[in-house]
Amino acid sequence: MQVPELLQRVGQVLLPGDEFRLDQEDNISLTEVSRPSRAVCGPGLRRSGARLLVCKSGVLRHKAPNVFWIDSQQKRYVPAKGETVIGIVTAKAGDIFKVDVGGSEQASLSYLAFEGATKRNRPNVQVGDLVFAQFVVANKDMEPELVCMDSSGRANGMGVFGSGGLLFTVSLGLVRRLLSPLSELRSDLEQLFPCELVVGMNGRLWVRSCSVQQTLIVANLLQSSDSMTAPQRKELFRKVQQGAL
Amino acid sequence: MADSVKLSKNLLRMKFMQRCLDADTKKLLEEEERRIISDEHWYLDLPELKARENVVVEEQSFVPCEELRFGRMSFRGFNPEVEKLMVLLNPRAEGEEEEDEEQRRKMQADVTDEEMAQRYQALVGSMKKKFAKKRERAAMDEDNGVAMETGTKRTFMKPQD
Repeated sequence: MQVPELLQRVGQVLLPGDEFRLDQEDNISLTEVSRPSRAVCGPGLRRSGARLLVCKSGVLRHKAPNVFWIDSQQKRYVPAKGETVIGIVTAKAGDIFKVDVGGSEQASLSYLAFEGATKRNRPNVQVGDLVFAQFVVANKDMEPELVCMDSSGRANGMGVFGSGGLLFTVSLGLVRRLLSPLSELRSDLEQLFPCELVVGMNGRLWVRSCSVQQTLIVANLLQSSDSMTAPQRKELFRKVQQGAL
Repeated sequence: MADSVKLSKNLLRMKFMQRCLDADTKKLLEEEERRIISDEHWYLDLPELKARENVVVEEQSFVPCEELRFGRMSFRGFNPEVEKLMVLLNPRAEGEEEEDEEQRRKMQADVTDEEMAQRYQALVGSMKKKFAKKRERAAMDEDNGVAMETGTKRTFMKPQD
Protein backbone atom coordinates (compact mmCIF):
# COMPACT_ATOMS: atom_id res chain seq x y z
CA MET A 1 0.00 0.00 0.00
CA GLN A 2 0.98 3.61 -0.47
CA VAL A 3 0.21 4.62 3.07
CA PRO A 4 3.67 4.39 4.69
CA GLU A 5 5.23 6.54 2.00
CA LEU A 6 2.55 9.19 2.37
CA LEU A 7 2.62 9.03 6.16
CA GLN A 8 6.30 9.96 6.16
CA ARG A 9 5.55 13.20 4.36
CA VAL A 10 2.70 14.35 6.60
CA GLY A 11 3.32 17.89 7.78
CA GLN A 12 5.78 18.64 4.98
CA VAL A 13 5.27 21.04 2.10
CA LEU A 14 4.41 19.34 -1.16
CA LEU A 15 4.36 20.92 -4.60
CA PRO A 16 2.30 20.21 -7.69
CA GLY A 17 4.00 17.43 -9.61
CA ASP A 18 5.10 15.43 -6.62
CA GLU A 19 3.86 11.91 -6.94
CA PHE A 20 3.47 8.70 -5.02
CA ARG A 21 3.12 5.22 -6.38
CA LEU A 22 0.08 3.22 -5.53
CA ASP A 23 1.65 -0.20 -5.41
CA GLN A 24 -0.69 -3.03 -4.80
CA GLU A 25 0.64 -6.19 -3.32
CA ASP A 26 0.54 -8.76 -6.04
CA ASN A 27 1.00 -11.75 -3.84
CA ILE A 28 -1.39 -12.20 -0.99
CA SER A 29 0.32 -13.30 2.15
CA LEU A 30 -1.17 -16.36 3.74
CA THR A 31 -0.24 -15.55 7.30
CA GLU A 32 -1.61 -12.03 7.50
CA VAL A 33 -5.28 -11.33 7.35
CA SER A 34 -5.71 -9.21 4.24
CA ARG A 35 -7.74 -6.12 4.99
CA PRO A 36 -8.65 -3.86 2.10
CA SER A 37 -7.51 -0.47 3.38
CA ARG A 38 -8.99 2.31 1.35
CA ALA A 39 -7.27 5.65 1.30
CA VAL A 40 -9.22 8.86 0.85
CA CYS A 41 -7.37 11.60 -0.97
CA GLY A 42 -8.90 14.97 -0.33
CA PRO A 43 -8.44 18.30 -2.10
CA GLY A 44 -5.00 18.78 -3.59
CA LEU A 45 -4.39 15.13 -4.33
CA ARG A 46 -5.42 13.33 -7.48
CA ARG A 47 -5.34 9.74 -8.56
CA SER A 48 -4.05 8.97 -12.00
CA GLY A 49 -3.77 5.30 -12.83
CA ALA A 50 -1.34 3.79 -10.39
CA ARG A 51 0.01 7.15 -9.27
CA LEU A 52 -1.14 9.64 -6.69
CA LEU A 53 -0.37 13.16 -7.89
CA VAL A 54 -0.14 16.35 -5.91
CA CYS A 55 -1.96 19.20 -7.68
CA LYS A 56 -1.85 22.02 -5.13
CA SER A 57 1.05 23.39 -3.18
CA GLY A 58 0.69 23.19 0.56
CA VAL A 59 1.16 21.09 3.64
CA LEU A 60 0.17 17.45 3.59
CA ARG A 61 -2.35 16.65 6.30
CA HIS A 62 -3.53 13.32 7.57
CA LYS A 63 -6.50 12.16 9.58
CA ALA A 64 -6.83 8.67 11.00
CA PRO A 65 -7.33 6.16 9.62
CA ASN A 66 -6.57 6.91 6.00
CA VAL A 67 -7.51 10.41 4.93
CA PHE A 68 -4.93 12.66 3.25
CA TRP A 69 -5.28 16.16 1.89
CA ILE A 70 -3.27 19.25 1.09
CA ASP A 71 -3.79 22.27 3.31
CA SER A 72 -3.33 25.21 0.99
CA GLN A 73 -4.09 28.91 0.84
CA GLN A 74 -6.16 30.15 -2.03
CA LYS A 75 -8.72 32.79 -2.85
CA ARG A 76 -10.32 31.30 -5.94
CA TYR A 77 -13.23 29.08 -5.03
CA VAL A 78 -13.70 25.80 -6.86
CA PRO A 79 -17.15 24.29 -6.27
CA ALA A 80 -17.13 20.93 -4.54
CA LYS A 81 -20.07 18.62 -4.05
CA GLY A 82 -21.75 18.87 -0.68
CA GLU A 83 -20.27 22.23 0.33
CA THR A 84 -22.51 25.01 1.53
CA VAL A 85 -21.95 28.45 0.03
CA ILE A 86 -23.39 31.94 0.02
CA GLY A 87 -24.63 32.85 -3.44
CA ILE A 88 -26.06 35.98 -4.98
CA VAL A 89 -29.04 35.52 -7.28
CA THR A 90 -28.18 37.23 -10.56
CA ALA A 91 -30.97 36.19 -12.91
CA LYS A 92 -34.31 34.46 -13.07
CA ALA A 93 -34.51 32.23 -16.12
CA GLY A 94 -37.75 30.29 -16.29
CA ASP A 95 -37.49 27.37 -13.93
CA ILE A 96 -34.07 28.16 -12.54
CA PHE A 97 -32.23 30.97 -10.86
CA LYS A 98 -28.68 31.80 -11.81
CA VAL A 99 -26.54 32.21 -8.75
CA ASP A 100 -23.09 33.75 -8.49
CA VAL A 101 -20.99 31.72 -6.06
CA GLY A 102 -17.56 33.09 -6.89
CA GLY A 103 -16.58 30.10 -8.99
CA SER A 104 -15.60 30.08 -12.64
CA GLU A 105 -19.20 29.63 -13.70
CA GLN A 106 -22.55 30.66 -12.31
CA ALA A 107 -24.47 27.92 -10.57
CA SER A 108 -28.07 27.06 -11.29
CA LEU A 109 -30.69 26.77 -8.59
CA SER A 110 -34.09 25.25 -9.36
CA TYR A 111 -37.10 27.04 -7.96
CA LEU A 112 -38.36 23.65 -6.74
CA ALA A 113 -35.27 23.14 -4.60
CA PHE A 114 -36.60 25.19 -1.69
CA GLU A 115 -38.41 23.91 1.36
CA GLY A 116 -42.14 23.71 0.74
CA ALA A 117 -41.90 24.84 -2.88
CA THR A 118 -44.23 23.32 -5.45
CA LYS A 119 -45.03 24.17 -9.04
CA ARG A 120 -47.89 26.32 -7.84
CA ASN A 121 -46.20 27.72 -4.78
CA ARG A 122 -43.03 29.40 -5.99
CA PRO A 123 -40.48 30.65 -3.50
CA ASN A 124 -40.14 34.40 -3.23
CA VAL A 125 -36.64 34.95 -4.57
CA GLN A 126 -35.64 38.21 -6.21
CA VAL A 127 -32.58 39.10 -8.22
CA GLY A 128 -29.94 40.32 -5.80
CA ASP A 129 -31.04 38.14 -2.89
CA LEU A 130 -28.53 36.15 -0.90
CA VAL A 131 -29.03 32.40 -0.65
CA PHE A 132 -27.29 29.87 1.55
CA ALA A 133 -27.23 26.72 -0.52
CA GLN A 134 -25.53 23.41 -1.01
CA PHE A 135 -23.93 21.94 -4.15
CA VAL A 136 -25.48 18.76 -5.48
CA VAL A 137 -23.62 18.80 -8.77
CA ALA A 138 -20.10 20.16 -8.90
CA ASN A 139 -17.52 18.85 -11.28
CA LYS A 140 -15.19 20.30 -13.84
CA ASP A 141 -17.28 19.30 -16.84
CA MET A 142 -20.74 20.39 -15.82
CA GLU A 143 -22.53 23.48 -14.64
CA PRO A 144 -22.68 23.46 -10.86
CA GLU A 145 -26.11 23.01 -9.35
CA LEU A 146 -27.35 24.21 -5.99
CA VAL A 147 -30.23 23.23 -3.73
CA CYS A 148 -31.64 24.95 -0.66
CA MET A 149 -32.77 21.85 1.20
CA ASP A 150 -31.35 18.59 2.45
CA SER A 151 -32.15 15.09 1.23
CA SER A 152 -35.28 14.91 3.36
CA GLY A 153 -36.68 18.15 1.97
CA ARG A 154 -36.03 20.29 5.04
CA ALA A 155 -34.42 23.71 4.76
CA ASN A 156 -32.13 23.24 7.79
CA GLY A 157 -30.87 26.79 7.75
CA MET A 158 -30.53 27.03 3.98
CA GLY A 159 -32.52 29.33 1.74
CA VAL A 160 -32.86 33.06 1.27
CA PHE A 161 -31.45 35.18 4.07
CA GLY A 162 -29.80 38.51 4.61
CA SER A 163 -31.79 41.48 5.77
CA GLY A 164 -29.90 44.03 7.77
CA GLY A 165 -26.53 42.32 7.59
CA LEU A 166 -23.24 42.84 5.82
CA LEU A 167 -21.66 40.58 3.23
CA PHE A 168 -17.93 40.56 2.64
CA THR A 169 -15.27 38.27 1.26
CA VAL A 170 -12.35 36.64 3.04
CA SER A 171 -9.80 34.02 2.05
CA LEU A 172 -10.85 30.39 1.92
CA GLY A 173 -8.36 29.58 4.65
CA LEU A 174 -10.07 31.90 7.12
CA VAL A 175 -13.41 30.30 6.41
CA ARG A 176 -11.97 26.91 7.21
CA ARG A 177 -10.43 28.27 10.38
CA LEU A 178 -13.81 29.64 11.43
CA LEU A 179 -15.58 26.35 10.84
CA SER A 180 -13.01 23.92 12.22
CA PRO A 181 -14.30 21.98 15.22
CA LEU A 182 -11.95 23.50 17.80
CA SER A 183 -11.69 27.00 16.41
CA GLU A 184 -10.06 29.61 18.62
CA LEU A 185 -11.22 32.36 16.33
CA ARG A 186 -14.81 31.33 16.85
CA SER A 187 -14.51 31.11 20.62
CA ASP A 188 -12.87 34.57 20.65
CA LEU A 189 -15.71 35.95 18.59
CA GLU A 190 -18.27 34.30 20.82
CA GLN A 191 -17.14 36.42 23.75
CA LEU A 192 -17.52 39.72 21.92
CA PHE A 193 -21.16 40.56 21.42
CA PRO A 194 -24.37 38.92 20.33
CA CYS A 195 -24.16 38.45 16.59
CA GLU A 196 -25.09 36.10 13.81
CA LEU A 197 -22.80 34.71 11.14
CA VAL A 198 -23.36 32.90 7.89
CA VAL A 199 -20.21 31.32 6.55
CA GLY A 200 -20.00 30.10 2.99
CA MET A 201 -17.22 27.75 1.95
CA ASN A 202 -16.70 30.06 -1.03
CA GLY A 203 -15.10 32.70 1.18
CA ARG A 204 -18.15 34.86 1.67
CA LEU A 205 -19.13 35.89 5.16
CA TRP A 206 -22.33 37.57 6.24
CA VAL A 207 -22.58 39.23 9.62
CA ARG A 208 -25.44 40.78 11.52
CA SER A 209 -25.41 42.25 14.98
CA CYS A 210 -27.58 44.48 17.17
CA SER A 211 -26.46 47.72 15.57
CA VAL A 212 -24.76 48.79 12.36
CA GLN A 213 -21.71 49.84 14.34
CA GLN A 214 -21.29 46.43 15.93
CA THR A 215 -21.84 44.69 12.62
CA LEU A 216 -19.05 46.75 11.09
CA ILE A 217 -16.74 46.02 14.02
CA VAL A 218 -17.23 42.26 13.68
CA ALA A 219 -16.74 42.43 9.91
CA ASN A 220 -13.53 44.43 10.23
CA LEU A 221 -12.21 42.15 12.96
CA LEU A 222 -12.80 39.07 10.86
CA GLN A 223 -11.22 40.60 7.78
CA SER A 224 -8.13 41.70 9.63
CA SER A 225 -7.73 38.45 11.57
CA ASP A 226 -6.99 36.74 8.27
CA SER A 227 -3.39 37.95 8.46
CA MET A 228 -2.78 37.86 12.20
CA THR A 229 -1.19 35.48 14.63
CA ALA A 230 -3.24 34.13 17.50
CA PRO A 231 -1.74 36.41 20.20
CA GLN A 232 -2.17 39.48 18.00
CA ARG A 233 -5.77 38.61 17.41
CA LYS A 234 -6.48 37.97 21.06
CA GLU A 235 -4.98 41.35 21.92
CA LEU A 236 -7.11 43.10 19.33
CA PHE A 237 -10.29 41.36 20.45
CA ARG A 238 -9.56 42.30 24.05
CA LYS A 239 -9.07 45.95 23.08
CA VAL A 240 -12.32 46.02 21.15
CA GLN A 241 -14.18 44.47 24.04
CA GLN A 242 -12.90 47.12 26.42
CA GLY A 243 -12.91 50.18 24.19
CA ALA A 244 -15.71 49.97 21.75
CA LEU A 245 -18.40 48.75 24.07
CA MET B 1 -43.30 -36.82 -53.78
CA ALA B 2 -41.93 -34.82 -50.86
CA ASP B 3 -38.40 -35.88 -51.64
CA SER B 4 -38.51 -34.79 -55.20
CA VAL B 5 -39.73 -31.27 -54.46
CA LYS B 6 -37.41 -29.46 -52.11
CA LEU B 7 -38.27 -26.10 -50.77
CA SER B 8 -35.51 -23.65 -50.46
CA LYS B 9 -34.17 -22.66 -47.05
CA ASN B 10 -35.16 -19.07 -47.50
CA LEU B 11 -38.69 -20.10 -48.17
CA LEU B 12 -38.74 -22.39 -45.13
CA ARG B 13 -37.58 -19.53 -42.92
CA MET B 14 -40.54 -17.41 -43.87
CA LYS B 15 -43.16 -16.80 -41.27
CA PHE B 16 -46.07 -18.57 -42.90
CA MET B 17 -43.98 -21.71 -43.36
CA GLN B 18 -43.19 -22.01 -39.64
CA ARG B 19 -46.44 -23.82 -38.89
CA CYS B 20 -45.92 -26.82 -41.16
CA LEU B 21 -42.26 -27.46 -40.34
CA ASP B 22 -41.37 -30.51 -38.30
CA ALA B 23 -39.05 -30.33 -35.30
CA ASP B 24 -35.92 -31.57 -37.07
CA THR B 25 -35.94 -29.04 -39.86
CA LYS B 26 -36.77 -26.29 -37.39
CA LYS B 27 -33.73 -27.11 -35.30
CA LEU B 28 -31.53 -27.29 -38.35
CA LEU B 29 -32.67 -23.91 -39.56
CA GLU B 30 -32.16 -22.32 -36.17
CA GLU B 31 -28.65 -23.64 -35.89
CA GLU B 32 -27.74 -22.30 -39.26
CA GLU B 33 -29.16 -18.93 -38.40
CA ARG B 34 -27.14 -18.81 -35.21
CA ARG B 35 -23.99 -19.70 -37.11
CA ILE B 36 -24.54 -16.92 -39.58
CA ILE B 37 -25.10 -14.38 -36.82
CA SER B 38 -22.00 -15.38 -34.90
CA ASP B 39 -19.93 -15.24 -38.08
CA GLU B 40 -21.11 -11.75 -38.83
CA HIS B 41 -20.32 -10.46 -35.37
CA TRP B 42 -16.93 -8.88 -35.12
CA TYR B 43 -14.83 -8.09 -32.11
CA LEU B 44 -11.68 -6.22 -31.19
CA ASP B 45 -8.62 -8.31 -30.70
CA LEU B 46 -7.58 -6.84 -27.36
CA PRO B 47 -6.01 -8.23 -24.24
CA GLU B 48 -8.57 -8.80 -21.50
CA LEU B 49 -9.27 -5.82 -19.31
CA LYS B 50 -8.40 -6.56 -15.75
CA ALA B 51 -10.59 -4.79 -13.27
CA ARG B 52 -8.26 -3.54 -10.58
CA GLU B 53 -9.65 -2.76 -7.23
CA ASN B 54 -9.79 0.93 -6.60
CA VAL B 55 -7.88 1.61 -3.40
CA VAL B 56 -8.12 5.39 -3.48
CA VAL B 57 -11.30 7.38 -3.08
CA GLU B 58 -11.15 10.96 -4.30
CA GLU B 59 -12.82 13.68 -2.29
CA GLN B 60 -13.03 17.24 -3.56
CA SER B 61 -14.26 18.94 -0.44
CA PHE B 62 -12.50 20.01 2.73
CA VAL B 63 -15.62 19.51 4.80
CA PRO B 64 -15.33 15.77 5.52
CA CYS B 65 -11.51 15.94 5.77
CA GLU B 66 -11.31 18.65 8.39
CA GLU B 67 -14.72 17.86 9.90
CA LEU B 68 -15.88 21.40 9.36
CA ARG B 69 -19.01 22.62 11.06
CA PHE B 70 -22.23 23.91 9.57
CA GLY B 71 -21.90 27.43 8.18
CA ARG B 72 -24.52 29.21 10.23
CA MET B 73 -23.79 30.38 13.72
CA SER B 74 -25.24 32.70 16.27
CA PHE B 75 -23.63 33.84 19.51
CA ARG B 76 -25.15 34.82 22.81
CA GLY B 77 -28.69 34.10 21.78
CA PHE B 78 -28.82 36.62 18.94
CA ASN B 79 -30.82 34.27 16.73
CA PRO B 80 -32.36 31.42 18.76
CA GLU B 81 -33.44 29.57 15.64
CA VAL B 82 -29.88 29.32 14.40
CA GLU B 83 -28.63 28.30 17.83
CA LYS B 84 -31.09 25.42 17.76
CA LEU B 85 -29.76 24.43 14.35
CA MET B 86 -26.18 24.58 15.59
CA VAL B 87 -26.96 22.06 18.32
CA LEU B 88 -28.76 19.87 15.82
CA LEU B 89 -26.28 19.87 12.96
CA ASN B 90 -22.88 20.10 14.55
CA PRO B 91 -21.24 16.96 15.84
CA ARG B 92 -20.55 17.30 19.55
CA ALA B 93 -17.07 17.87 20.88
CA GLU B 94 -15.79 15.15 23.19
CA GLY B 95 -16.12 17.11 26.41
CA GLU B 96 -19.71 17.94 25.67
CA GLU B 97 -20.44 14.33 24.87
CA GLU B 98 -19.43 13.25 28.37
CA GLU B 99 -21.77 15.81 29.87
CA ASP B 100 -24.49 14.49 27.68
CA GLU B 101 -23.91 10.96 28.89
CA GLU B 102 -24.22 12.08 32.48
CA GLN B 103 -27.46 13.82 31.75
CA ARG B 104 -28.81 10.76 30.07
CA ARG B 105 -27.91 8.62 33.06
CA LYS B 106 -29.73 11.01 35.35
CA MET B 107 -32.75 10.96 33.12
CA GLN B 108 -32.82 7.20 33.13
CA ALA B 109 -32.85 7.16 36.93
CA ASP B 110 -36.30 8.73 36.96
CA VAL B 111 -37.98 5.38 36.44
CA THR B 112 -36.07 2.44 37.86
CA ASP B 113 -36.12 -0.97 36.27
CA GLU B 114 -38.09 -2.39 39.18
CA GLU B 115 -40.85 0.18 38.82
CA MET B 116 -40.99 -0.59 35.16
CA ALA B 117 -41.30 -4.32 35.80
CA GLN B 118 -44.07 -3.81 38.34
CA ARG B 119 -46.00 -1.63 35.99
CA TYR B 120 -45.77 -4.15 33.20
CA GLN B 121 -46.80 -6.93 35.55
CA ALA B 122 -50.05 -5.12 36.18
CA LEU B 123 -50.46 -4.60 32.46
CA VAL B 124 -50.15 -8.28 31.56
CA GLY B 125 -53.65 -9.12 32.83
CA SER B 126 -55.42 -6.31 31.04
CA MET B 127 -53.58 -6.89 27.79
CA LYS B 128 -54.45 -10.57 27.94
CA LYS B 129 -58.09 -9.68 28.35
CA LYS B 130 -57.95 -7.45 25.33
CA PHE B 131 -56.77 -10.17 23.01
CA ALA B 132 -58.95 -12.96 24.41
CA LYS B 133 -62.19 -14.04 22.75
CA LYS B 134 -65.53 -13.36 24.33
CA ARG B 135 -65.99 -16.79 25.84
CA GLU B 136 -62.46 -16.86 27.21
CA ARG B 137 -62.96 -13.46 28.68
CA ALA B 138 -66.02 -14.65 30.59
CA ALA B 139 -64.03 -17.57 31.94
CA MET B 140 -61.27 -15.24 33.02
CA ASP B 141 -63.69 -13.02 34.87
CA GLU B 142 -65.04 -16.00 36.78
CA ASP B 143 -61.55 -16.94 37.86
CA ASN B 144 -61.05 -13.53 39.30
CA GLY B 145 -64.01 -13.88 41.62
CA VAL B 146 -66.43 -11.88 39.56
CA ALA B 147 -68.61 -14.98 39.57
CA MET B 148 -69.63 -14.21 43.11
CA GLU B 149 -71.37 -11.07 42.01
CA THR B 150 -73.17 -12.62 39.11
CA GLY B 151 -74.80 -15.10 41.51
CA THR B 152 -76.84 -12.44 43.25
CA LYS B 153 -79.32 -11.21 40.77
CA ARG B 154 -79.90 -7.51 40.68
CA THR B 155 -83.47 -6.41 41.09
CA PHE B 156 -85.13 -3.10 40.83
CA MET B 157 -85.70 -1.51 44.19
CA LYS B 158 -88.55 0.83 44.40
CA PRO B 159 -87.53 4.08 45.98
CA GLN B 160 -89.37 5.16 49.07
CA ASP B 161 -91.25 8.38 48.87
